[in-house]
Amino acid sequence: MTDVIKEDQVLDCSGMLCPMPVVKATKAIKEMQSGQVLKMIATDPGAPPDMEAWSRQTGNELLRSMTEDGKFVFYLRKK
Amino acid sequence: MSKSDPNAPKRLALIASKGTLDWAYPPFILASAAAAMGWEVTIFFTFFGLPLLKPKLDARVSALGNPAMPMKMPFGPEGFQNINWPMPNILMANVPGFENMATSLMKQTFKNKGVATVEELRDMCLELDVKMIGCQMTMDVFGFKKEEFIPQCEIGGAATFLEFAADADVQLFV
Repeated sequence: MTDVIKEDQVLDCSGMLCPMPVVKATKAIKEMQSGQVLKMIATDPGAPPDMEAWSRQTGNELLRSMTEDGKFVFYLRKK
Repeated sequence: MSKSDPNAPKRLALIASKGTLDWAYPPFILASAAAAMGWEVTIFFTFFGLPLLKPKLDARVSALGNPAMPMKMPFGPEGFQNINWPMPNILMANVPGFENMATSLMKQTFKNKGVATVEELRDMCLELDVKMIGCQMTMDVFGFKKEEFIPQCEIGGAATFLEFAADADVQLFV
């Protein structure tokens, strides 16, 4: 088992397709404080590679990318 | 400008030159995704892309531009919905109302699958500070006025776009 990450906010992007998960994550993280963690849930199969690219481009760290109950779950820490 | 400053954000320069529903999506998808990644984005709307700056969008599917276009039915059982219906050119070109049907089927399929509407994507772009420039020359030729467009857009010419594009990391003509 891996460590549990404590999120400060949850964003559910289930049912949304590209580019909405990336756009919604950006909007959510803009409202957060540096160091806070956003848990994002998505069902778009394009989300895992897109969130990795988004993380590299924005500098917001992708702490973990996993699947849970058939959905993609990302933990993102605001830089 | 941006090239001299290593910390400057990346830049995306897009030209949107087509106004059908299928071609309206790519510039707004790319622009919103790039802006979400912190890039500076400018879209230059020219020729048939210019009406994408109107407050109310009426982008439609033109079957004629897509001779190989398969169609999906947005209703019925999943197996039925997954069929790619081949659309013969003779049917697309000659049946009255085909364009209306193709447009509404595509809109419904996109909605069912969770794709945002073109209007929603454009709103996202504006919220994320994507700069939109309408082509002055196209306006003169086709008789558009700035008041017909969304107030956030600017009007400019080729030089305006090229100045931004010269310093852009990615430039695409759509």
